[in-house]
This record gives sequence, C-alpha cells and structure tokens, in this order.
Amino acid sequence: MTAPSAVRVERWTPGSRIATAIGVVLIVFLAVGPVFFNANVIDKLTLLFIYVILAAMWNALAGYGGLISVGQQAFFGLGAYSAVRLANLGLNPFLSLFVGAILVGAVSLPISTFMLRLKTSEFAIGMWVIAELAHLLVNLDGLINGETGTSFIELNQYDADVRHTLIYWSALAAMVGLLAIVFLLLRSRVGVSIQAIRDNEDAAASIGVKVFITKRIVFVLAAAGAAAAGALWVASAITFQPQTYFSVQWTAYMIFMVLVGGIGTFEGAIVGAVIFFLIEAWFGAAGVWYLVGLGATALLFSLFLPRGIWGSLEDRFGVRLLPVGYRVKSTATANPPDA
Amino acid sequence: MMDWTNSIIQGVLLGGYYSLIACGLAFMFQVMGVINLAHGTLAVLAGFAIWTVSDHLGVSPFVALIGVLPAMAAVGWILQRGILERSARGGQLVPLLATFGLAVVIENLLFEGFGADTRSLAPYLDTLAYDSWEIGDIYIGQLSVLIFFVAVALLGGLSLFLSHTHLGRAIRATAEDPDTVGLIGINARKINAAATCIAMLTVAVAGMFLGMRATFTPYSGPAQLVFAFEAAVIGGSGSLWGTLVGGIVLGVAQSIGAHINPQGFLIAGHVVFLVILVARVSVVMPVFGSLARRLRGRTS
Repeated sequence: MTAPSAVRVERWTPGSRIATAIGVVLIVFLAVGPVFFNANVIDKLTLLFIYVILAAMWNALAGYGGLISVGQQAFFGLGAYSAVRLANLGLNPFLSLFVGAILVGAVSLPISTFMLRLKTSEFAIGMWVIAELAHLLVNLDGLINGETGTSFIELNQYDADVRHTLIYWSALAAMVGLLAIVFLLLRSRVGVSIQAIRDNEDAAASIGVKVFITKRIVFVLAAAGAAAAGALWVASAITFQPQTYFSVQWTAYMIFMVLVGGIGTFEGAIVGAVIFFLIEAWFGAAGVWYLVGLGATALLFSLFLPRGIWGSLEDRFGVRLLPVGYRVKSTATANPPDA
Repeated sequence: MMDWTNSIIQGVLLGGYYSLIACGLAFMFQVMGVINLAHGTLAVLAGFAIWTVSDHLGVSPFVALIGVLPAMAAVGWILQRGILERSARGGQLVPLLATFGLAVVIENLLFEGFGADTRSLAPYLDTLAYDSWEIGDIYIGQLSVLIFFVAVALLGGLSLFLSHTHLGRAIRATAEDPDTVGLIGINARKINAAATCIAMLTVAVAGMFLGMRATFTPYSGPAQLVFAFEAAVIGGSGSLWGTLVGGIVLGVAQSIGAHINPQGFLIAGHVVFLVILVARVSVVMPVFGSLARRLRGRTS
C-alpha cells in the first residue's frame, strides 16, 4: 500500500471550470448590458448587485469568520454618510462612493481591536451598540439636519440616464471586486485560517493560526463592503435619512439572504441574494406580512435547515461551482492498491 | 449644583428600570449561555398584553400584570422548548440567528395587530404617573422610586431563590455543568425551561414599567435590548446585583449626558458602555463570564 498515492487533492474540477467560465461570461454580459437594457432593468439589477454585496459581506463575516454581527448597519450607514459628506466637500460624487467605503474600512480597524476580543454573543450585540452610536454621531453633523436627513444633490449634475448607468457600473464593479477579494482570500492561506478558526478557535490557535489578525482582515473587509453597499444605495435613492440607513433591517436582510442561501458557502450568499431580490419584488408590497414572512423564514431555516439551500445541495450532491476549497479524492477504488 | 444633583438622582432611579430589563437577559446568559436577541421585543409584547387587559377591563396595570405573568411564563417555556433547546445544538451562532428571526416576527405581528401608534400605561395609573415628592428644588417621581424598589426587591428575591430553594440550586448546578447534573437526578431540560420561564417573568415586570414610565410602539424592543445588554455588561463583575450597579451607571451616564446636551442622553450611555468594555477587554477579562462564575460560586 502506497499511502501517498491513495488520495489526490484537487481544487479545480471539470464542473467548477465550466461554472467559473460561465461566471466570467455573465460578468462580461452584465458589463455591456446598459447598451441594450432599459432603465427599469438597469435599476433592478443595480438593486440586485447591492444585495449580493450585502449577502457576500455578511457571509464572509459570519459564515467564514464565525463572527455574527447584528450591527453591520453601522457600516452601511457610515458608507452612505461618507459618500454624501465627501461629495459635499467637493470630491467627485462617484469617486466619493469608493473613497467613502475605504475610509469606513479604515474606521473599522480601531473598532476591531476591542470588538474582536468579545465572546460570540457579546460581539453580536456589541456591534449593535456601535451602530446606534454611529447613527447618533452622524446626526450631530450639521449637513445631515438630524433625522430630517439630506440629499445627495451632487449627483444631480448628471443626466438621469447617465447617472443610473454610472451607478449600475459602479455597483457591478463593486460587486465583482468584492466577490473576487472574497474568492481570492478563501483560496489563500488566510482562507484556510479563517475556516479553521470558525470550526475551532482554540485548536486553530494551537497549530499556529494567527487568530486575531485573520479575524481582523475579515472584519475590515466586511465593514468596507457594507459601506460600499450603503454608498451605492444612497447614490440610487438620493435621499439620506439616518434612521433608514442605520436601521437594523439591513442586517436582518443580510441574515435572511445568507441563512436561506447557505451560510459559509460562497455560492450560497449569491443564491440567497437572488432569492431575496425575487421575494421582495413579488411580496414586498405585502408590507408587514412580508416582514413577518422574512423573520419566520430566517427562524425556520436556522432551526431546520441551518446549512441553507446551497449548503444542503452541496452536502447532498457534492456540487461546488467555484473552486474555493480543496477536495480530497480517493484514488484507491479506481486503482486498487494491490494492482 | 442642584441641577447636577438632580441629574444624578434621576439617573439612579432610571437605573432601576435598566436593571429590571437587564436581569432576565443576564440570567438566561448565565444559565444557558445564550443571549436572547428577542429579549427587548418580548418585554414590549408583555407591555402590549398588559395594555390590552387594562384597556378592555378597565383595571390597573398592576392587576393586569397578574394575568400576564403566567402567559409570559408559558411564552418562556415555548421559547426554550421550541427554539432555544433546538438551536443550542447547532452551536453558538444558531440561537442568535433564531432569536433575531423571532424578534422580527413578533414586532411585525404586533405592528399588524396594534398599528404604529405609541401606547402608554400611564393613563391607567391615576395620579401615580405624575405624583412626586418635592425635596428642596428637586422633584422625585413616585413611579420612578417604585420602579427602583421593585428592581431591588426582584433582584434580592432572585438571589435568595437561587441560593435557598431546591429549584434555585438545581438551576445553579445546571449552569455549572448540564451533563453532570443528570447523574444526580436533575433533568437539565426541565431546569432550563424553568429558568427561561423565570426570565420571562422578569421581562413581564420590565415590560409593564416600560409602558408606565414612557411610551412604546411595536418597534421599541431593540432599544430595550440594547439598554439591557449595556447594563448587564457594565455591571458584569459582581453577582446578580451587578446588573443593578450596571443599570445605575448607565442611567446616571444618560442623565448627565442629557444635562450637557439635548442629544447627549443616548450618546453618553453608549460611550460609557464602550469605555468600560474597552477597559475590560484590555485587561483580558471575560465580560459576562465573571458574573456567571460568581453565580456558580466559583472563585477562580
């Protein structure tokens, strides 16, 4: 028996090669889309891209980092605020979307030094306090007019069609960029560390995984990503009312998308975002019952299908469209050792 | 100077309410290690239940509370058996997600049933809602004093219960080691359900006082959860009495903050909470853990 030859470790499978190729084609198609999409399709897709960002970022934090936060609206709101603030100071409004997101990522760095020392549930709700405080502090800025809010008026210099197309491209670029970062991160040494920490923090530390720095990378990425989503949201909505942007409902949406799609799976977050987008389009008008349905679905998934839709499919059929993990294949059955 | 004294006195009394809302949250964390994200929303649910009874029967909220207490205990039992027990098997993350989903469901069902109007229990209280004692230039609301003493009595009663009754000792033993207690004939499932029922009784009392001292809407829950959490964490180094200290620190911080700036009420509370949090994590001490250890009677 030659043990080393009995297993084969592979990343790319024929299936994942095809899926990745389809993904690339899809991105190219979406990038040239504004040439033939009508205004309604452009707005709807922009919305979908923002949902994908929100889901992917919360999934990176909770699904891979094991950090459940119910305060990600802090970064969503701060992202929107930074964009409005920077544009008001004279920066190009589209540039301010991205600069704002990076600034929020920088702000999250000192926050991470003490928040990441908390235990699981303390961290979850401690982040909520951070969000409340961020909301109150933003209200102190005279530009915002307290809860009345303000408008992203600098965007009005663009013609409506041009503006919507530019926001669409910004959202697409942000989504693809952030997904690519998560993808590359998961394939790197950090990705392996992250998942080791999620599965057992003490054990990971004992074999030399740098727990704190690894969690920090995920935390800052999730903060900057949520901020980008907030900035894009205020760009499409134009009005900035602090209460709306710092509402816990954003985190509720993120939790819903990730739980339904499949926590801890790269594809699951995207699936969850698409499902949420469709549910909102169909049932959003039902108002309160729609929200009851979202809460109940999140509750039921967490109790009965904690791996979500994609996670369950992955478990059952072993499908994995994107090569973010490793799979160990036994070659023993194909080539019996005695042969 | 009088103004500052007044702020501090009002803050201390406000702290009574915070410790009431915090003690159930801290208690459940100590016994079962879960933070119930629906905690504040359940207090609001109790507030609506008491409001409904008072409004329909024309009785005092204190009388209505007697009817609502067993209902909330039943809610606690269902919460434990239906959600917490099942979700605890999935690790630490699942109870958080499940109770978060539950909060969204409850608050939107309350909105469906009661609408967006703000409610208050104050109209059913006769003059207690605004009666006060005047000491020098300072007015001390009788209701605030009542809330404070109820909080002290409740915390004292809970401490006595945990140390002097059979069930109380069983709860402490289960908190210590849920697997081992089975060997000495304690059913951990039953004990956890009992503990959740007790926590929900305190939530019902807190919900009543929330409605008496202020107004509430179906969406008032999250704010109460945040206050409860802050009070529990600030006071985390003592026994159950720690939540009283935490509540008072939070109340005084808010009261002084409001005195400095009209927007300072909430900001000061959150800032004091974060400062204490940073101080505690920087000396590498568990935030909630020491409270739990003390309850379990360990010294190290």
